[in-house]
Amino acid sequence: MDNDIILEVRKLKQHFKINSHMIVKAVDGISFSVKKGEIFGLVGESGSGKSTVAKTIMGLHNITEGEVYYKGFKISDRGVFSKNKKDIQKNLQIIFQDSSAALNQRMTIEKIIAEPIRVNHIINNKEELNKKVSQLLNQVGLDESFKYKYPSEISGGQRQRVAIARSISTNPDIIIADEPIASLDISIQAQIVTLFQKLQKEYGFTFIFIAHDLSIIRFISHRVGVMFQGKIVELAPTDELFNNPLHSYTKSLLSAVPVPNPFYERNKKILDFDIRTFDFNGVLEEVSPEHFVYK
Amino acid sequence: MDKVLELKDLSLSFYTKQGEIEAVRGVNLSLNKGEILAIVGESGCGKTVMSKAVLKLLPKNSKIKTGSIIIDGEDITDYSENKMRSIRGGVVSMVFQDAMTTLNPTIPVGKQIAEAVLKHNKVNSEEAKKRALEMMDLVGIDDSMHRYYMQPHYFSGGMRQRCVLAIALASNPKVLFADEPTTALDVTVQAKILDLLLEIREKTGISIVFITHDFGVVARIADRVAVMYAGKIVEIGTAEDVFYDPRHPYTWGLMLCLPYLAKEGQPLESIAGMPPVMINIPKGDAFAIRNKYALEIDYEEQPPMFEISATHSAATWLLDERAPKIQPPVSIKRGLKNG
Repeated sequence: MDNDIILEVRKLKQHFKINSHMIVKAVDGISFSVKKGEIFGLVGESGSGKSTVAKTIMGLHNITEGEVYYKGFKISDRGVFSKNKKDIQKNLQIIFQDSSAALNQRMTIEKIIAEPIRVNHIINNKEELNKKVSQLLNQVGLDESFKYKYPSEISGGQRQRVAIARSISTNPDIIIADEPIASLDISIQAQIVTLFQKLQKEYGFTFIFIAHDLSIIRFISHRVGVMFQGKIVELAPTDELFNNPLHSYTKSLLSAVPVPNPFYERNKKILDFDIRTFDFNGVLEEVSPEHFVYK
Repeated sequence: MDKVLELKDLSLSFYTKQGEIEAVRGVNLSLNKGEILAIVGESGCGKTVMSKAVLKLLPKNSKIKTGSIIIDGEDITDYSENKMRSIRGGVVSMVFQDAMTTLNPTIPVGKQIAEAVLKHNKVNSEEAKKRALEMMDLVGIDDSMHRYYMQPHYFSGGMRQRCVLAIALASNPKVLFADEPTTALDVTVQAKILDLLLEIREKTGISIVFITHDFGVVARIADRVAVMYAGKIVEIGTAEDVFYDPRHPYTWGLMLCLPYLAKEGQPLESIAGMPPVMINIPKGDAFAIRNKYALEIDYEEQPPMFEISATHSAATWLLDERAPKIQPPVSIKRGLKNG
């Protein structure tokens, strides 16, 4: 296996049985790998299965079929997972969209950020822990006065920063960010995106960045996977994907993104994608180096 | 051109235990027939409150302090609740972001549309149903005969928003307020709803006030753009004026937040700080503390609206003839070149 690859997903399927006649194929046989230190973007419309991929990688669902490898360990295997549980949980972190639901309302910010460090016995000394929390707050652009506040006392952007501070507190290898900026104002979105870039550049974290906002994905990711109906329909380096989209769904999705330029927007033609033309039994093929298209 | 809506020096406050919240502060605005005006700004800048003020949908602790609201030549500022009922939906309608909470989950959508028709027109139920079916066709709901009898939960998010639009448009209002109607939708669905609004404007000549924080959406739909900050309109002009020649530092700040205008390999710029709390607003320009181009006078006195052209004006002291000449950030100009 390539040494650069830190996480690999192979033919992952996540089906949910609703009742005896109905199975929802949320994720249906997808494969991708994430390199160390990169930001891997995953886009798709609601219901395309992107959040399910995140949760499945985190081990929050029982996998229907397929494998997830982290540093060569098959973590999709229950046995391997429980044997290396501590290591995996320390190194795989997730940030959710709704920061107010993700943070315990009854804990102070200090306690929230310190909890993963305490639980994983990374730092046991109280004074050092205190210093570490200050340092983490500093890393995400908050000052020490936040320590004794509660999540309800701070704004949405600040809460998302706290959630980020918590996720990097165990110094993880991979952070999965599931729509981390969708519910924020545009000026705050820019701040949080900048923070993600800073963390990736300065501390070398690997991110899987899930979003439906293509302009943000284009700005932040190194490689992008486009999901549709539980499948990855196109996967390529960011510039390649946005400049040379090949799958008709990607083309349609890109054409629908509104661009802040009135002259361009008024004359733009939006391409339609007809789901009836979609072949559910296709496979992802490499058409040019690193550029994969579902056929 | 006919003005269908005019706000003259409108100020509105909420009176709470914490004090007076000045949500809208001296807004002047006019809307022509068949025009789409977009209002942009961060959350809490007063864009929703301003629209709800026109429809008088605000709680009892709010009060219009000064100014007047004129709809279709009629001053409705002091209208009673009784009189407002015929205005709402009849002359002015509003659609909101979340279609599911707007619709009644237990009543078939067709009946909900027919209800709006019955309310404002002297028709019998047969005619109302006919009109409701027409509305469903207008907003692009296929197979309306069948879907008329279906409850909202059978519909997808985009389809529900279409139903809400059908209700809002049922009795041919002159003005439609659309408060972030596409924010909760996927981009492909959003594009369809935006095109639908443009098509309805063509067909019916309705005027639309479109509230959003997405500059991309504004670019697609708006004829004119107003940028709001802390309860005031800080810049207003045609879409070309605001996108290609923005003058207010706040408009620059909002645009620099867009990845579209970011320089390759450089971090996004963002506006420092938070929007102000609207209680005890400091004197001077409310944006001054977040504005890196702020002049001394910004902390002392509120800037008036400076007219740049017949269609374009902005409230910033930078436009005063005594102010130093400041060029907008380079990447904004670069973005223009792309256009």
